[in-house]
Amino acid sequence: MDRTFAVAIGGAAGQGVATPGDIFAKIFVRRGLHVNAYNAYQSIIRGGHTFLTIRAGVEEVKCFGDRIDLLIPLNQDSMDRHSGLMKSGSAVVYNSDTIKPGALHDGVQPCPLPVNQLSKVSRNKVAQNTLALAASLKMIGVGFEPLAEILTEQFMRKGAKVVTENLDIARIGYEYAATNFQAFASPLSMTDLQYAVLSGNIALAMGGAAAGVRFYCAYPMSPSTGVLHWMAAHARDAGIMVRQVEDEIGVINMAIGAAHAGVRAMCATSGGGFALMTEGLGMSAMMETPVVVIDVQRAGPSTGVPTKTEQGDLWQMLGAGFGDFPRLIAAPTDILDCFKLVPEMHNLADRFQCPGIILSDLLLSEGRSSVDPKKLTFDVEINRGEMITSAGPNNAETVYNRYQITKSGISPRAIPGVPGHTHTASTDEHDENGVLISDEFTNPVRRRAMMEKRQRKVAGIEAAVQPPLLNGTSGAAVTLIGWGSTDGVIREAVEILNEEGISTNHLQIRWLVPLNGEAIVNILKSSKYSIIVENNYSGQFARYLRSETSYVPNGYIRKYDGEPFMPHHIVDAVKEQLAGTTQLSVPKHEIMV
Amino acid sequence: MTTVLEPQKLTAADFKGKVDPDWCAGCGDFGVLSSLQKVLAEMNIQPHNVITISGIGCSSNLPGFINTYGMHTLHGRALAVATGVKMANHDLHVVVTGGDGDGFGIGGNHFIHTMRRNVDLLYIAMDNQIYGLTTGQTSPTSLKGMRTKSMPYGNVEEPINPIALALTAGATFIARGFSAEPKHLMDLIKQGLEHKGFSFIDVFSPCVTYNHDNTYAWFRERVKKLEDDSSYDPSDWHEAMKRALIWGDEIPIGKFFERTDLPSLHEAEPILDAGGPLAYRELRIASHVVQNLIAELM
Repeated sequence: MDRTFAVAIGGAAGQGVATPGDIFAKIFVRRGLHVNAYNAYQSIIRGGHTFLTIRAGVEEVKCFGDRIDLLIPLNQDSMDRHSGLMKSGSAVVYNSDTIKPGALHDGVQPCPLPVNQLSKVSRNKVAQNTLALAASLKMIGVGFEPLAEILTEQFMRKGAKVVTENLDIARIGYEYAATNFQAFASPLSMTDLQYAVLSGNIALAMGGAAAGVRFYCAYPMSPSTGVLHWMAAHARDAGIMVRQVEDEIGVINMAIGAAHAGVRAMCATSGGGFALMTEGLGMSAMMETPVVVIDVQRAGPSTGVPTKTEQGDLWQMLGAGFGDFPRLIAAPTDILDCFKLVPEMHNLADRFQCPGIILSDLLLSEGRSSVDPKKLTFDVEINRGEMITSAGPNNAETVYNRYQITKSGISPRAIPGVPGHTHTASTDEHDENGVLISDEFTNPVRRRAMMEKRQRKVAGIEAAVQPPLLNGTSGAAVTLIGWGSTDGVIREAVEILNEEGISTNHLQIRWLVPLNGEAIVNILKSSKYSIIVENNYSGQFARYLRSETSYVPNGYIRKYDGEPFMPHHIVDAVKEQLAGTTQLSVPKHEIMV
Repeated sequence: MTTVLEPQKLTAADFKGKVDPDWCAGCGDFGVLSSLQKVLAEMNIQPHNVITISGIGCSSNLPGFINTYGMHTLHGRALAVATGVKMANHDLHVVVTGGDGDGFGIGGNHFIHTMRRNVDLLYIAMDNQIYGLTTGQTSPTSLKGMRTKSMPYGNVEEPINPIALALTAGATFIARGFSAEPKHLMDLIKQGLEHKGFSFIDVFSPCVTYNHDNTYAWFRERVKKLEDDSSYDPSDWHEAMKRALIWGDEIPIGKFFERTDLPSLHEAEPILDAGGPLAYRELRIASHVVQNLIAELM
């Protein structure tokens, strides 16, 4: 039984969907409930249609779910788009002065609010939102106090008069709902816990702060800009230098410059910006200067759909930069994992002196979820690898070879400023001492030795990363395979399938390079019907897995309409495939957002 | 037993790189390299406290020929890399070297924005008005009408004016040198290194192999030192712009412009006010700061 409750707020951009959304989310987490929120929006500043879903529950909420319990349409358009999808037991709260109720199914409670009559304060532009918020909270069974607390925090900056005015409106809405609307039958319970609520972008930025990132730079690009915003807002408190750069080419080069001088450096972008960074990625590999780049995927190609999600950049990451070189690529599986993966990636990039790529997407980066604050620990392992930051007593006597040939392929890295270690790091092929072997001293023997030195790091990288683990018991009728952000929705689909008698287990891939392909194939050996689930058209992960391991699954579920999977999309597709109808399911997104 | 060594007076030989330059005999870049080495020695800056950063091209091979820390980066990207280096360790002396194609062509965007930011570094462009390493194509400073392999019927485009561009983009030290005038060039390099902010020196550095128009002789006939005009005031931006637009039978070289009233980027950035270079700072964030970062999310 699904013990969650989902609120959705729809309106035009600029109509104030975000504020009541934030208030709902904060009230839920302060009542000890977990939340997961997803905002479907468009690349427009004013107008269009924005649809925010916030789902709460006592247990961890893995995704934004299939069902809306309470709809708050802020305009007629939102009412018309969504009212028909509301199911029995749900309710629709709306301003009856401006919005006509849609054709509601039986058992859906219409909750009209005569806003002008109730607010009496026509100057208050957000009266409609505040009334609807308060009425909804009454129906969900949340006391008035948590709302009063948050409204006070929200309007404090505007003075006591504004606080009182909004509290009055809220109380009227709350009381109006008590007498006129029917409360939900099984209201949300409450726990004594308190959670933090954050977006994936904030988690990525905070992960950087925890990792000891001291230099962050970026060029604004949706949906990665949230990382820049958090970094910029907290730069001075956290002691991080944040720079907005002229383009993404400048971004990665500046980050590599800072990293070369000894700091931990990071940058974030989306697919288009990453395309500009690819030459820089090769420089990081050739100079053996670590850098961590976050790619927040959006629907492509080209400018694509800037505000919609996709897992379409995998092959770009695999092939970015010409020539062969070691790299690291991982895709966080949820918002907490965004936080945890960043320090891990920095440690590996530092140890192996190569570029590290974190592959997030709009769903994770702009989605929000509750996280136990104890899990946001900044006391993470920091391993900077083999670095020389000061001259030892004897160092000045010996010759320093920056690119010394070693068994591990890792050569101790002296940072500029250390006496006795001057050298030139070059993007041209170079010998152990940094001298170019690309022109006058071209030498196939040395070239081969240097190539093999760098590539030897791959063995160390492979040993440093744990293979994925199977969720559920082996021998299930169905095995779902996903990567990165789809973990939550697949887990929920697995629960539903198991409840319905279709035994299902699940393998989620987090590390893409190194892949641990042998371990994956070993796990999948015992699967009866395996399906790769991914948010793209061509099955990028399926093709990658096949190229690395020759593994071919039984079926595929793919979605490339810009919206993320909902649990029923996967459940229905599994059933369709077990019935033998198809091996490739492309679920239809029913909600028009 | 510990021996305390007196700090040795450095010589240009201390800045000799691991290998000798592989430039064509007679290349203007030799004069730039030796001038830079002599000035660093004269200013007694220790090699490990200097980082020489370049892009790609004949002149961009310079970091391999000088004993300092060095980065031989991507074509056009040296200034972006150098900005990162300077922000991470503002105690380093950062020298960026490269050519006209590297700096004003493929790297044009970074050139403008690094000047605007007034990053404290010395940028020496060895300007030979040709692409040399790719065997002779038109560059952003090739004169109109010049015939090259890429424009065999003559260049129909107007060249860029690096001095005027630097003036409008906000560089705070702007000069032009000639590699065959080493004493004059050394004086400019010294001033550029001493200047706190973005120092730009465009150096005529003739390509003896591919540019047969703008030769040593061609420049010798034309260059005229601004320093010889006692009435010239390099703090006057408008006057500097007038001189920057002079090109023809007479071409001014010398210090066009300098202003010292603006903070450089690292001076303007409050997180560098105290605590030394970022590269040497503690990686952990203080626990009371961490508590606030998390409390905001509750």
